[in-house]
Amino acid sequence: MKKYVCVVCGFVYDPAVGMPEDGIPAGTPFESIPDDWECPDCGVSKSDFEVQEG
Amino acid sequence: MDRAPQNGVVILGSGLGGYTLARELRKLDAQVSITIVTADGGESYSKPMLSAAFAQGKDALSLMQKSPGQMAEDLKATILARHRVAAIRRDAKTVVIRRPDGDEMELGYGRLVLALGADPRPYVAEGSETAGLRTVNDLDDYAAWRAALSPGARVLLVGAGLIGSEFANDLAGAGFCVAVVDPAPWPLGRLLPQALGEEMAKALGEAGISFHLGRSVTRWSMGRAELDDGSAIAYDQALSAIGLIPRTRLASEAGLVVERGIKVDGSLATSDPAIFAMGDCAETPAGLLPFILPLMAEAKALAATLAGCETPLKLPALPVVVKTPALPMVVCPPAPGAVGDWVMEGAGRDRKALFVSPQGKALGFALSGARVNERQSLAKEMPDLL
Ligand SMILES: Cc1cc2nc3c(=O)[nH]c(=O)nc-3n(C[C@H](O)[C@H](O)[C@H](O)COP(=O)(O)OP(=O)(O)OC[C@H]3O[C@@H](n4cnc5c(N)ncnc54)[C@H](O)[C@@H]3O)c2cc1C
Repeated sequence: MKKYVCVVCGFVYDPAVGMPEDGIPAGTPFESIPDDWECPDCGVSKSDFEVQEG
Repeated sequence: MDRAPQNGVVILGSGLGGYTLARELRKLDAQVSITIVTADGGESYSKPMLSAAFAQGKDALSLMQKSPGQMAEDLKATILARHRVAAIRRDAKTVVIRRPDGDEMELGYGRLVLALGADPRPYVAEGSETAGLRTVNDLDDYAAWRAALSPGARVLLVGAGLIGSEFANDLAGAGFCVAVVDPAPWPLGRLLPQALGEEMAKALGEAGISFHLGRSVTRWSMGRAELDDGSAIAYDQALSAIGLIPRTRLASEAGLVVERGIKVDGSLATSDPAIFAMGDCAETPAGLLPFILPLMAEAKALAATLAGCETPLKLPALPVVVKTPALPMVVCPPAPGAVGDWVMEGAGRDRKALFVSPQGKALGFALSGARVNERQSLAKEMPDLL
């Protein structure tokens, strides 16, 4: 599964780890996160994440 | 003369404003020509990271997310880095650009977007010109500041607002000996109620930062600052973070309406319908909004407008995360001039403060410690900014 990176602050969402403290269990692909989810570090929206390259 | 196509979009500035706009516009329009002119190096980077990168051991190079070449490719845009715009000629619809070699050139635009950012407010007091006082507002500044600091240096920080507090926490975390001077009675004085501000001062104090609150520097000499209570602080390096002033000179010289920032309407148009402004340089109907979240909303609305579908800017309440690991904090201040009182919940580090109007309506909030995770749900209850 692909990792996604916040274009503003560089926070990386890793589906293997998820965000259990935000109610997103490990193994959740980025696409399955609710649309109103926000970057936990800077608060920008889910649509401001890009696929992490490399 | 070098001319962009008549309908082409020229963006001045490659900060988060300029680059986010270009990205959003490219998503909506694969064809339109986009040219970005920027006085800095054109690297994409996250400006908020500048006040949180030291403790993570990141230098300017590792803060660079993408090179200008990579950005040009991703955005299918022309990027003129280290090109400073000297004037806007509205009658000819061109901008006058000073190239890195010092020569001047003119570039035509169909629509022009000013995403010029803001300058750090200078700290002026007796001797301040000799004090070696620095500011960190972009990647170049950060590189120079990092190079100037030797391990364990004594750093004097002027300003305990959002950015000053972040720098203080970051530098203390990186092993520097940090002192902070601010005339306000507690850190983040304009954003936080007293109880939370004092909690922040305590947490930063425990992180090793010494505060000189309610004080200002009256006299500088190299390596020494005298305060208004007669005490003095010896320092190796001094950093000032006392606020920003929108970059409005180009706009006002071109005859655009400028007040505190470049005046824009609800569609981000300036007083010239072919020229738009966004980000830290712009003054929207909701005022100056020098933060990331409004900037992202502005970029999306403006991109749609530039792509042919006029879209007014809408802004929900915009909470700001304060990057102080010593005490995590989120603030969503009430609109300036709002009437009401702070109502506190919780104790110690983990608190929720609501700013409530006499009619009982919540107009703003601040959360600290473990309660910062209430940010999303609380933000939805706040009134829209626009
Ligand atoms: C240290 C720090 C920490 C911050 N932390 C946060 C945070 O945690 N959360 C938050 O919401 N906000 C934060 N902010 C604010 C946020 O970073 C800014 O609101 C945002 O980055 C502004 O983007 P901008 O594109 O408007 O301006 P800038 O990023 O400043 O870009 C301005 C651009 O204009 C160019 N330019 C200027 N003049 C000319 C000219 N004459 N010709 C050509 N180009 C020119 C510059 O080279 C630059 O590329 C922080 C700011 C700082 C300084």
